[in-house]
Amino acid sequence: MNADDLKKMQPGFDSPVLNSQLVFRRALQALSMPGRLVDLPNLAAVPRQGHSASALLLLALVDSDCRLWLSPSLAGTDAQAWLRFHSGCHFVQEPAQGNFLWLCAQDRWPLISDMHAGTDEYPDQSATCIMETGSIQTGTNSQAWSLSGPGIPSPVGLTAEGLPADFAAQWAGNHATFPRGVDILLTTATQVLGLPRSTMLQSFEMLEV
Amino acid sequence: MLSIQIKPQPNAIMFQSFDNSVALNQEARAQWMALLARAPMPLLERTLEMHVQQRRTEWLRRPETGLYMVQGRVGGTGERFNLGEITVTRCTLRSKAEDGTQGAVGVAYVLGRNHRQAELVALADALLQEPAHHQNLAHELLTAVRQHLSILQSQHEAQTQSTKVDFFTVAREAGDTADEKGT
Repeated sequence: MNADDLKKMQPGFDSPVLNSQLVFRRALQALSMPGRLVDLPNLAAVPRQGHSASALLLLALVDSDCRLWLSPSLAGTDAQAWLRFHSGCHFVQEPAQGNFLWLCAQDRWPLISDMHAGTDEYPDQSATCIMETGSIQTGTNSQAWSLSGPGIPSPVGLTAEGLPADFAAQWAGNHATFPRGVDILLTTATQVLGLPRSTMLQSFEMLEV
Repeated sequence: MLSIQIKPQPNAIMFQSFDNSVALNQEARAQWMALLARAPMPLLERTLEMHVQQRRTEWLRRPETGLYMVQGRVGGTGERFNLGEITVTRCTLRSKAEDGTQGAVGVAYVLGRNHRQAELVALADALLQEPAHHQNLAHELLTAVRQHLSILQSQHEAQTQSTKVDFFTVAREAGDTADEKGT
C-alpha cells in the first residue's frame, strides 16, 4: 500500500461489526435458499470497479487469512487496494490458489473446474466464487434453467445474463464432485443469488426431453 | 580503565537517529510519524485543539487496538526470535476542512490502547502533509516533541550515569617485566 493508493481510498463499512454481520447474514440467506434473490443495501463507499454487491460481500467475508483472485479488469485497480486496506487479504495470480474469486462481467472467466474444490477430508476449504452478471431473473417465467436441491421447496427457474455458454455443463461437473465443489454467488449491482455446490441445475429443454 | 554501566529497567522510549533535526531530509514523513507516535498526550491535545474544532474527520479506518509481535536478533548474524507482543493502536483518517475540501490522509500507529492519541497523531500527520499547515505544525509540534524526547533522554542518561562503576586495575608499566627484559 503506497501513499497514492491511500489518497484515493474510500472508507469501508460505517460500522464494521454490524454491517459485516448484516452482509454475512444475507450471504447465508442466499446460500441456504438457492434461487432466491437477496438484496444487499449499499453500506459502504465501494470502489468504482465491479458491482457494489460483490464488493460488499467480499468486504464482509474475507480477512487476512484469505487468498483472493481477481479477474483481470479488477486486478491492480482501486478495488484491489480497497479490499487489501480494509480486510488485509492476500491476492494470488492463479485461480486455483484462491479461497475467494471475484469475476467481473467483462472478463473471460476461468473454468469452475480450475478453481479449488476442496479435498474429501476438508471439503469446506473449497473456493467461493463471486460471479457478476448483467441481470438475474428467477421464478417460473425464467426459462433457462431449473434449480432444485436442498433449500429449494419446488424447482425454480433462473435466467442469468452474462454467464458463459457452457455454464450448465461446468456446473454439472462441479455438482458431481460433491461433497467437494465450488460455491457460487451470482451478483447484480445490488442483489445476490446463491448457488451452493448441492444445487442441481438443469436446462428446461433437458427436462422436457 | 574499564567502566561498566548498569542500565536501569529497559525504557519503553527508544532513542533513534531521527530524533535530531539534522537527520536525513529524505523520508521526512517517516520521521515525523515516528516523532508523533512518541509525542505526549497533553502536547498533542494543546497543539491540535484548534484543528480538531475546525476540521471534519472522515474515517478510513477507525482506531483499533491489536498486537504486534516484536522480533529481535542477537548479533549481526543471529537468527530472528520472537521477543514479545506489544499493544498497538492504529487508525487512518482523511481530514477535511470546514468548507469540505478534501485534505490529506493521515495514518497513525501508536503504542498502547489510547484511541484518542491515535486520532490526534493521524490528524497531525494529515496536517503536516498540507503545505498550508506544515510550517506552523512542524514548529509548534515537532520541535516540542524533539525537546521532550531529548529531556527524557538526558534524564535517562543521568539515571544510567548514577550507576556507573569504575574499576581500577594496577597497570603494569611497560618494560618492567622479567620476560621483556629477558635476554
